[in-house]
Amino acid sequence: MKVEQISVFLENKSGRLAEVMRVLGSAGVNIRALSIADTSDFGILRVIVNDNDKAMKALKDNDFTVSKTEVVAVEVPDTPGGLAGILALLEKQSVNVEYMYAFIERSSDNAIIIFRFDGNDRAIKALSEAGITILEGAKVYNL
Amino acid sequence: MIWNEEFETLPREALESLQLKRLKATVDRVYATVPFYKKKFDEAGLKPSHIKSLKDMRLLPFTVKTDLRDNYPFGLFSVPMESVVRVHASSGTTGKPIVVGYTRRDIDTWAELMARTLTAAGIHKGDIVHNSYGYGLFTGGLGAHYGAERIGASVIPISGGNTKRQIMIMKDFGPTAITCTPSYALHLADVARDMGIDPAKDFKIRVGCFGAEPWSEKMREQIEKIFNIDAVDIFGLTEVIGPGVSSECIEAKRGLHVFEDHFIPEIIDPETGEPLPYGEKGELVFTSITKEAFPVIRYRTRDISCLNPELCICGRTFVRMERITGRTDDMLIIRGVNVFPSQIESALMQIEGLEPHYQLIVDRKNNLDTIEVQVEVNERIFSDEVKQLEVIEKRVVHDIKEMFGVSCKCTLVEPKTIQRSEGKAKRVIDKRQL
Ligand SMILES: [Zn+2]
Repeated sequence: MKVEQISVFLENKSGRLAEVMRVLGSAGVNIRALSIADTSDFGILRVIVNDNDKAMKALKDNDFTVSKTEVVAVEVPDTPGGLAGILALLEKQSVNVEYMYAFIERSSDNAIIIFRFDGNDRAIKALSEAGITILEGAKVYNL
Repeated sequence: MIWNEEFETLPREALESLQLKRLKATVDRVYATVPFYKKKFDEAGLKPSHIKSLKDMRLLPFTVKTDLRDNYPFGLFSVPMESVVRVHASSGTTGKPIVVGYTRRDIDTWAELMARTLTAAGIHKGDIVHNSYGYGLFTGGLGAHYGAERIGASVIPISGGNTKRQIMIMKDFGPTAITCTPSYALHLADVARDMGIDPAKDFKIRVGCFGAEPWSEKMREQIEKIFNIDAVDIFGLTEVIGPGVSSECIEAKRGLHVFEDHFIPEIIDPETGEPLPYGEKGELVFTSITKEAFPVIRYRTRDISCLNPELCICGRTFVRMERITGRTDDMLIIRGVNVFPSQIESALMQIEGLEPHYQLIVDRKNNLDTIEVQVEVNERIFSDEVKQLEVIEKRVVHDIKEMFGVSCKCTLVEPKTIQRSEGKAKRVIDKRQL
């Protein structure tokens, strides 16, 4: 039920993001979702791609510092308050959200939100029990 | 193991009388043959005959780096050029280098001293020595080479550079000892890992002699762990002879035995020039007492150290100098506080996962000194969460503040962005316009 995400350390220098894209592109890796967290001097790029091993290798070969993290991909109903309901549910279980980012599924127009929780397993259990759709890694990589 | 039992374990009294005899001969020699020294002695009203005991050393004038530069290239040679069989030069990046000469006997002395150095590290006949010190005008390569040959080891004269090829050779030739700068050792390990080679398992190296740049105890631990070897600190400088001035023994690995039958070490206060007693930190000064072509009298190294006269477990009677903890000219004065890059390095190495790939950027903004510590991010400290990385930055800032009382900024940078030279790492960029 978990999705693997790749994180890349970036200095806040122009051209570094473009360089990651170039490296992934020339390795034939497709990006499914992406977000950047940044501070005044560095950033962390988080991506979900169609081929983790290929992406990790290409980035390491180009001297980027990378790591893999497990995240949870949740399908959010396309109704007002859809996300609010999910967050309320998690709060009740005292699961904290470390960070999250969204993208749109092309086939259904549903929003997919990638979550990094401080307790992924507890979150998955609570969400599943509430009947919320959690996407398998394989599905997300091939969206 | 001791290469020259007779001299390296001389009782203190016998050593001192030998030193005095040799010192007098050196003083006579430079006064008679080197106009620079004669002029300096005359200006100080000093005659060679005034040196009657080792204590009289303090009467001798100091020699500083600019004196050597001013006499470029051969002005301080004490023998005619036809007696000089070799020259070397310092790796000065600015201006003219410092040129030193060797007679045939000097080369022989040097090989003897490097044989002592390698033997002190436990290297012997039957070992294969991978010598990555640069060959050429730099003294490192040929110094280690002659020493290794003298003890009967097999030498791989690989010199510096072409790291991937070096790793192939280390894997295929199976050297049991390595000689290089400590930063190059770490660079070798980095590249080896990138090639899928584990330096601890895939090499047969047992021991390394590392020198030619300051390094720390933490860096030693790291090198020993990465390669699964003993890492021994060796010391020397071109102006004195090259490597082979002092060396640690593998038995203690605590301080470098100065080869006192050839060099007299002193520690002085860098401000006043007054000699300091054993145990006190100050500037290291050397007088050579057996060299023929290029003797030096009270040469100020600008290296910071102290001397320990305690008898060592290895049996050598020579005093031990503490590993170099900085340079008088590297010493940064940040808002009036003396800061040595090596101290910042040891603070960084206390933090789990950090590697000694760092650079200090010193600047002055609004008349206030600022210091920025750039540290490379590796996989051990990298996290997908911003706050985890900020914890590391804050820890660096906090630890340095604790240590020096100086506030700094810590910036994490991408791996391999801080320049790794094949030889010496550039640690400090001082942008202050004073
Ligand atoms: Zn010893």
